[in-house]
Amino acid sequence: MSQTLMNTKLDQFRSKLTPSKVKIDQTLLDQADAYLNGREFPTRRDEFWKYTRLTKISNLEVNVNASIIQSVPEEAIINPNAQKIVFENGVYRKDLSDDIHQVSGIEFKEKGNSNFKFQEDVFYALNYKYSTDAITIDIESKTILKDPIHLIMISTGQGSVSMPRIAINAAKFSESEFIVSTHDVNSQNCLSNVVIEADVHENAKLTINKIQNEKSSNFSVFNERVDQALNSCFTINTLTLNGSWIRNNVRINVKGQNAETHLMGAYVTNENQHLDNHTLIDHLAPNCQSNELYKGVLDGKSTGVFNGKVFVRKDAQKINAFQSNGNVLLSDDATINSKPELEIYADDVKCSHGSTTGQLDEDAVYYLRTRGLSEKSARHLLVAAFIGDVLEKIEDEHVVKYAENALSKRYGWSF
Amino acid sequence: MKTLINIKDLHASINGKEILKGLNLEVKPGEIHAVMGPNGAGKSTLASVLAGREEYEITEGTVDFDGKDLLELSTEDRAREGLFLAFQYPVEIPGVSNVNFLRTALNEIREYNGQEQISAKDFMALVREKSTLVELDSKLASRSVNEGFSGGEKKRNEIFQMAMLQPKLAILDETDSGLDIDALRIVANGVNKLKTPENGAIVITHYQRLLDYIVPDFVHVLYDGKIVKSGSKELALELEEKGYDWIKEELEKAH
Ligand SMILES: Nc1ncnc2c1ncn2[C@@H]1O[C@H](COP(=O)(O)OP(=O)(O)O)[C@@H](O)[C@H]1O
Ligand SMILES: [Mg+2]
Repeated sequence: MSQTLMNTKLDQFRSKLTPSKVKIDQTLLDQADAYLNGREFPTRRDEFWKYTRLTKISNLEVNVNASIIQSVPEEAIINPNAQKIVFENGVYRKDLSDDIHQVSGIEFKEKGNSNFKFQEDVFYALNYKYSTDAITIDIESKTILKDPIHLIMISTGQGSVSMPRIAINAAKFSESEFIVSTHDVNSQNCLSNVVIEADVHENAKLTINKIQNEKSSNFSVFNERVDQALNSCFTINTLTLNGSWIRNNVRINVKGQNAETHLMGAYVTNENQHLDNHTLIDHLAPNCQSNELYKGVLDGKSTGVFNGKVFVRKDAQKINAFQSNGNVLLSDDATINSKPELEIYADDVKCSHGSTTGQLDEDAVYYLRTRGLSEKSARHLLVAAFIGDVLEKIEDEHVVKYAENALSKRYGWSF
Repeated sequence: MKTLINIKDLHASINGKEILKGLNLEVKPGEIHAVMGPNGAGKSTLASVLAGREEYEITEGTVDFDGKDLLELSTEDRAREGLFLAFQYPVEIPGVSNVNFLRTALNEIREYNGQEQISAKDFMALVREKSTLVELDSKLASRSVNEGFSGGEKKRNEIFQMAMLQPKLAILDETDSGLDIDALRIVANGVNKLKTPENGAIVITHYQRLLDYIVPDFVHVLYDGKIVKSGSKELALELEEKGYDWIKEELEKAH
């Protein structure tokens, strides 16, 4: 703390935070400190933050709020069979969580995790330095989890800052699904800065279904870093159903051969919402396959960003990488900045990427209306179909139903 | 006797270009009218204008549809009043399943007419009945609208939708073109089976062939935006034999 200089906006912001009490590697902490000291929040001159301003975050009035909720809100229940791990304002609420120790094949550790490699990034560094809680979940080798583990993250109160860190260790030949969802209860101007680090070991299969559904004026930064080993299969589905300001950073390092990676995203924004999806798949090993599909519908004055990077390193031959981002703008004031980026250093690869932005097909609207559908129903049906393309690929039916219901409720769409 | 649709002196243009130039046509309940004419005559324009496509500007004329001023109604309300258009080029709508949108359509039509919603069970029974009628594979019925359908399947799907919605007036825009003889028979069979003394059809076609299967009460020749000749079904045969140049020459002589 002695080093805090108070002369940058970031320093000022940090002075409002409470340094982490959870156990962390000292080296990591030192690296985080060294990275943060004297640094400024990235600005729009920084390529990585070109379309997303951080001013509002740096100006947040931070409060430390005590636990408020007495029970898990009903809207946070997504899959009734899931093992719930509940966080309120980034702090693990054991009293509201299921007793995950009971589940065979899972090792659950509270209060600390380690083995992370430092990431040169403001939000990772902040999370290391000021983490509100940290847990580790090991899926033991050959364990096939029948039901998902659900990390429920709830923001409550004014100006709460949540910085939970989750380590997932999917051991060899294990199969598991995680649901990660964000919700809010009577909250405003809160910040969540979540770090999820996952190791998917040889022949392991891990799926993360992420559902973002905060209604109020909260800020949310999600940082997922995943390492994939030989023959592993990793899937991350990011469904943004609501939320006023969101930045998702997904980074996947495919280190082992014959690995499979799936990234899907569906987002629906309206009013003044801002959503920024940054993804990076780094193919470091040969004979792998990655598949990325993000689709969004933007209405009102909402703004969206999609930046999908795919690196294929020199030795990563025979890579099959597919990436696609499709957007529908429902209003003249909505905008999307979509940028697929392929950087290929190997010569024997099959890669494709594409990005489309457009309006709804007016011929289709007319066609449906000639069958008696109102213009509104026709548009709803087409929009739902557009997003449904992503939803239908998600295996967990409960997740799909939840998303469909949330969208029906918010927009009146029918699937 | 009451009329189903009465089109009087209809003028319509698109992008400032007049396509329909004073068209008259009257269809009574129980009648099938064939409209024939060369390419570019305005047949599809007539169909689009009646269905309510907004790009067209109606500059003159009236259309009475079963007592209502058709031109005042929105596209969907025309459908709800019982007008149906089988498109010459049906659109593909990825992700929207046929049956899903038809259920919504049927229920919105029912709501408009003050009727109760159809139950899921009755709806599925209707789907089965009508897809059998047009020999549409039930798998196609539940797939995305026209996506990946062959030309013939698209046309059959149009007739299937018509069967589901049971319109007062069906307009078939070259439903026969691109169909082999089997598909043609199936489509015609569907139309014939759906015929009642109360409803009617305008069958737009380029070829006489279809009229061997759907026997019209009247045949009209649409040429340069107007009905220039009307007659019985024999007129279609005459056209087939003499071609449209014959009409052209006749018209020129008359001037
Ligand atoms: N969008 C448009 N803009 C200008 N002219 C059009 C447009 N659509 C059709 N037309 C013209 O209208 C005329 C009639 O077309 P159409 O009704 O499709 O004829 P048909 O169905 O009898 O072959 C044609 O000359 C065609 O070129
Ligand atoms: Mg035509």
